[in-house]
Amino acid sequence: MTLTTAVLVACALAFATKAVGYVVPPRLVEGERTMRVSTLLPAALLAGLIVVQTVADGPALVLDARIGALVVAALLLWRGAGFITVVIAGAVTAALLRLIGLG
Amino acid sequence: MPPRAMSEGAPTGELSPERRRAVLRQSWSVGIATGLYGVSFGALSVAAGLNLWQTQALSALMFTGGSQFALVGIVGTGGLAAAPAAIATATMLSIRNGLYALSTRRFLLTGAAHTPVVRTAAAAHLTIDESSAVGLAQPEPQAARLGFWHTGVAVFLFWNLMTLVGALAGSVIGDPATWGLDGAAVAAFLALLWPRLKAADARLTAAVATVLALVMVPFVPAGVPVLIAAVAAVVIGIRGGTTGRLADPPDPRTDGDPIP
Repeated sequence: MTLTTAVLVACALAFATKAVGYVVPPRLVEGERTMRVSTLLPAALLAGLIVVQTVADGPALVLDARIGALVVAALLLWRGAGFITVVIAGAVTAALLRLIGLG
Repeated sequence: MPPRAMSEGAPTGELSPERRRAVLRQSWSVGIATGLYGVSFGALSVAAGLNLWQTQALSALMFTGGSQFALVGIVGTGGLAAAPAAIATATMLSIRNGLYALSTRRFLLTGAAHTPVVRTAAAAHLTIDESSAVGLAQPEPQAARLGFWHTGVAVFLFWNLMTLVGALAGSVIGDPATWGLDGAAVAAFLALLWPRLKAADARLTAAVATVLALVMVPFVPAGVPVLIAAVAAVVIGIRGGTTGRLADPPDPRTDGDPIP
């Protein structure tokens, strides 16, 4: 699989997940458990992504500048900062920590 | 929580000019605010190794921010070998859009049999957190339709434009680690997760998912820990509990910045 193929397959599947909500009889998907699992999925996946993006280096677990970025992002979100502010602060934190030789 | 849009059969009529302006103002301000951080997606995507076309294709064709960030994040750490896991994660993250569609179809499909397929396809493509939230927040069906379409189109335009800006900027700045772009990715994922942690079972799910992913990293290929983390949602969702209202998009007016 080339990267372009992967991108296009993922795009097609994302469209399918959206379209299915318009074409299926709601009865089929409105089971309480199905709805609960689907509602919780983003929280689980995003938490998993945060772990991998923060402490994984291939198969190794490492503590480096990224953990600093995560902590700063959490503090800012807790203080009600907006998305762009949080993202830029994450980048600046990681860059500064590396500059002073941490991570 | 916004009031639910009245659905089929509600009396229809013209919106007053003031109401119409208010809905349009809300739609476009959400669209512009959301679209602006397409710049961070564009930059992270090229830093992860996607080219300009692949990056732009994601914003134009996938058009659901969380999934886009996830795909490039996993490919960025695991390379092409992680592509199947990246595709699976992106797809699962988009399932919520299908759940929004179950609600938005009540005001978008007026007489399902007569809605042209092109219109349904366009509605599906534009069904994301913001368009659903603005649409569902309107009490009148006409305002709900107006809000959904304008928000969807506004986000689409600005998100794609800013993706291009970010991708062009990202491709000239060199090694992403030096610039802290990996820190930006971490921060972006946390910002996407944050508004979803209001319900107790969502917090529990995130905690269990975190532990699962941490434990699995040394043992499975890149990308797979995220898929295993999804098991947390299945287990906790099936066990049940109080989730409150199901499948509500984060409200861009009360949840801080809108999340794509």
